[in-house]
Amino acid sequence: MAELTAKSPCAGRLPLTIGAATVTEETLGPMTSIAPYRGRQADLAAALAAAHGLGWPQPNRSLTGAGVRLIWFGRDQALLTGAVADPALEDMAALADQSDAWAAVRLQGEAAEAVLARLVPVDLRRAVFAPGATLRSQLGHMPASLTRLDDHGFLILVYRSMAGTLLHDLKTAMEAAAARG
Amino acid sequence: MRIAGKGLLDRSKPVAFRFDGVRYEGLEGDTLASALLANGVRLMGRSFKYHRPRGVLSAGSEEPNALVTIGRGADRIPNTRATVQEIFSGLDAVSQNRWPSLAVDLLGLNDLAAPFLGAGFYYKTFMWPAAFWEKLYEPAIRRAAGLGALSGQADGDVYDRAYAFCDLLVIGAGPAGLMAALVAGRAGADVILADEDARMGGRLLSETGAVGEEAGVSWAGEVLAELESLPNVRLMRRTTVVGPYDQGTFGALERLGHHLPHRGGGPLECFWRIVARRSILAAGALERPIAFRDNDRPGIMTAGAVRSYLNRWGVSPGRAVTVFGNNDDAHRTARDLVDAGVHVAGLIDSRHDAPQSDLFPVYRGAQVCGSAGRRGLENITIRSIAGEDRLQTDCLAVSGGWNPSLHLTCHMNTRPHWREDIAAFVPAPGAVPGLSAAGACNGTFSTAGCLREGAAAARAALEDLGRTAPPVVVPEAEDDPYRITPLWAVAGRGRAWLDFQNDVTVKDVKQAAAENFRSVEHMKRYTTQGMATDQGKSSNVAALAVLADVTGRSIPETGATGFRPPYSPVAIAALGAGGSGKGFAPERQTTSHAASLDRGAPMIEAGLWYRPSFFPAPGEKTWRQSCDREVRMVREAVGICDVSTLGKIDIQGPDAARLLDFVYTNGFGSLQVGRVRYGLMLREDGYVMDDGTTARLADQQYLMTTTTAAAGDVMRHLEFVTQGLHPDWDVRLISVTEQWAQFAVAGPWARALLNGLLDAPLADGDWPFMACGEVSVMGVAGRLFRISFSGEHAYELAVPARYGEALFRELVARAEGLGGGPYGMEALNVLRIEKGLITHAEIDGRTTAFDLGLGRMLSSKKDFIGKTLAQRPGLLAADRQRLVGLKPVGAVKLITAGAHLFAAEAEPLRANDQGWVSSTAFSPTLGHQIALGFLSRGPERLGEVVKMVDHLRGVETLCEVVAPVFFDPEGGRARG
Repeated sequence: MAELTAKSPCAGRLPLTIGAATVTEETLGPMTSIAPYRGRQADLAAALAAAHGLGWPQPNRSLTGAGVRLIWFGRDQALLTGAVADPALEDMAALADQSDAWAAVRLQGEAAEAVLARLVPVDLRRAVFAPGATLRSQLGHMPASLTRLDDHGFLILVYRSMAGTLLHDLKTAMEAAAARG
Repeated sequence: MRIAGKGLLDRSKPVAFRFDGVRYEGLEGDTLASALLANGVRLMGRSFKYHRPRGVLSAGSEEPNALVTIGRGADRIPNTRATVQEIFSGLDAVSQNRWPSLAVDLLGLNDLAAPFLGAGFYYKTFMWPAAFWEKLYEPAIRRAAGLGALSGQADGDVYDRAYAFCDLLVIGAGPAGLMAALVAGRAGADVILADEDARMGGRLLSETGAVGEEAGVSWAGEVLAELESLPNVRLMRRTTVVGPYDQGTFGALERLGHHLPHRGGGPLECFWRIVARRSILAAGALERPIAFRDNDRPGIMTAGAVRSYLNRWGVSPGRAVTVFGNNDDAHRTARDLVDAGVHVAGLIDSRHDAPQSDLFPVYRGAQVCGSAGRRGLENITIRSIAGEDRLQTDCLAVSGGWNPSLHLTCHMNTRPHWREDIAAFVPAPGAVPGLSAAGACNGTFSTAGCLREGAAAARAALEDLGRTAPPVVVPEAEDDPYRITPLWAVAGRGRAWLDFQNDVTVKDVKQAAAENFRSVEHMKRYTTQGMATDQGKSSNVAALAVLADVTGRSIPETGATGFRPPYSPVAIAALGAGGSGKGFAPERQTTSHAASLDRGAPMIEAGLWYRPSFFPAPGEKTWRQSCDREVRMVREAVGICDVSTLGKIDIQGPDAARLLDFVYTNGFGSLQVGRVRYGLMLREDGYVMDDGTTARLADQQYLMTTTTAAAGDVMRHLEFVTQGLHPDWDVRLISVTEQWAQFAVAGPWARALLNGLLDAPLADGDWPFMACGEVSVMGVAGRLFRISFSGEHAYELAVPARYGEALFRELVARAEGLGGGPYGMEALNVLRIEKGLITHAEIDGRTTAFDLGLGRMLSSKKDFIGKTLAQRPGLLAADRQRLVGLKPVGAVKLITAGAHLFAAEAEPLRANDQGWVSSTAFSPTLGHQIALGFLSRGPERLGEVVKMVDHLRGVETLCEVVAPVFFDPEGGRARG
């Protein structure tokens, strides 16, 4: 029997480089939302440490371990990427597979901050939003998750269905940033 | 005329441009105003109402007179101030508000009719008949009085928008602003220094005084060079901070392309939202004229503007200049002109104790009481104790004193304070949280004072920010006292202009007071003083001083009108930057989007989603042909439809079932694992909010489905319930809409199709109607739901979204092998209307479960949101308009959505309205039009004939009232 072919959200549309910024599609592997049940936060943090080598992230922070990343994702919620969540976590938290729900791109380059300054109404200066910092905000008109990976690199997640608009908005902002020379 | 050896421009860089079609040459760095003055052009515009010839009054963005249109065609920009527009090679500027030309303006006849056109004229004259105002008077008046016009075509320019964040925003880069930025910049704070001018330096560019050991201009250059070198300082030139907003946010307009001959696709403007922890207003001051008879003649301008043109642009606006003032600062203009070799015919100072000079004649205790000249100033009349005297002059530099540029401190509704010693308003402290004013905008007019205040404001801000101020030496500079004796208007006959842009005179203000519009706000509306695009920057204080005088009150008693954002005009295109075209709203595309487009399917918007309307087959010419075929296909074979857009909410936790029981009207506690139930959700007010199915996937895990339209609303509703009403419940929610691509497989061959696809065929009996469970689809873990929105034996098959496109193509190919294929929104709609199933056409926010015939779904065994208010007598009244089916029975067979229903014999008038049609379709299954609608006492009237009238489309159809389920009312097909 034939197989179903998998297609990534930005397939065939990236990479894109304009000026001093480049967008590439980021392959994060399995993605699981984790929401601790009442009173189980401490147990969950311990279980996460045991299973994935990560604790529970503070609001607006992300944690990274060997191939895995745990991104604060909202009130009482985090997104584990890079590994299938340990089934043992199910006792302490609601888990939901989100591996296909998000378009993930990496915006990299000297102009990355200038590009995002056109789309995200939040202070992203390096001193305020350091590597590892994350937030849920809007990017253009889209709900987004934004994480700083390094000095000039950001991980951007938007709903998979909005991948086209994400790339449109990024391209427009990259052109505007590049026009400044 | 250009003066040798003066100005900051490079004489070796000529720039050619056009004004009203005539070619002129200026220098790089010229504004349109300075370049025209250098060419001896004084007449630059016609006034708004009387079409009086006007020249420049100022040298900055406050300019009320010299408004021009830049460029031609679609992208032309009207109402550009010639004092702000930098010239560039190829600049094409055109004057406004004149016909046929600036020199010969036939509408100048308005000026002859001036005795009839004073303040209040329109209100009094065009009262009757009422209908004439809109149709005749207003258009005629607007044609005669006005500003420049847009092209009427779409704006092809690119506009940018951006956010910026800083510790300290410094507004204005004159001596105070530069000093503040230097202190804060050296302290390491993140500083943004914004200035509306192309060149930073403020008044230092226009004055000849020294700062420290060097010329003010050189000092400014050195400071700017240092600021440029600091990584924590951002200099924003050509950037006007237009208004302060909450929490330290400022709007700012950066002009990027107005001075460039070729923009190369780059943006014209960028609208910034700057968030600053602290801010310093260092916006300087604006000089005010003195009103006297015919003080609007081209050649009459402010004394500070004359110094700017001379010292910055190397232009003398006249050959024999006179100066008229009431303060010491005016004398500086005369001295600078003499220094530059320009003849000063005289300085008229209204003060008897004015300083004398041996460089030029000083007329102490005298006033200018009139001017004469054709299209430009030729002479002035001077009145003193000795009588009246005429003086030949082609430029009169006027100074009535300076008004601090405190506009931004008024934008949050704080009124400024009056300072008697400088006869001016100053900002009220604390008017904008986090903002302090420094320098001239704070009423400190000497250069040394500005430098000191700038440094002090920066030190205070640094302390607030928890930073240590570096040792910075404030340089020495001119520290002359500012001596002024107020003079607002020179008494006498004739028209003395206060507001140049709206043509308001001293007489108009007096007339307002005479008619008892004595409040400054009433005077403003009555005369329109201060209501032009310059917001009365040059006229407000003088106008209210005249009002105070005529009403016998002091200026503080009279009060001041405020200012509103923006400080200077901002194009709507800049405010809306990023929001045009595809930037207007995100597009949500399903995983089958490309495959649907491949089949030529037109897309229809459902919220932000794009869904296929229908899939045209070869030979089909209309949507109806495709739709009818797709409906028959589902009824007779099998159809595939992407239903991924429906909201999917994963609900887990020990209290998940309690939540469902609380938000749905019907019970969910008894739902078994592996089963799906239809649920109805009410708003708190008892009306229907949404409907959908919820599946129990595991003991403590449910999957709720919402309509496409209400997915966000339902999620927000559930968050409100779990966070606000029942934070004690242990339940977790997350949207999984995007995780799953989900397809309806509907029709008699649905199971056969699936069995060819699933790794384990569906066993008879294992998958009854409303069953759900996990399946393996060609090796991929998926979910299957036996639910039906078409009334057929149907399933919805979900797989992770990455496989969506492949699965859709596979399903469609297999369906086609069985005589079926894909179907779109049109067919989906027909199928559900045939079955009497509701959508948001019926759940429109005004209907109840009772109206929809779903009253029995309101459980009596439990509490749920909306239960109490749904029991209100009015929501259960027998004569409410309730859901029925309709089919045509007369000669006319058409039923239209939105049409209204009347008794068969009744006049189709509002008073006789009995209901309306919510959904309609041609049913290929039944061979005639069918509809759903709401009819008063509807369910009691089955079999009755009613009259449908569509007043908009002119359709009248007799309809029989029938049950809302047209097809297979027993539901055997879906269950079988």
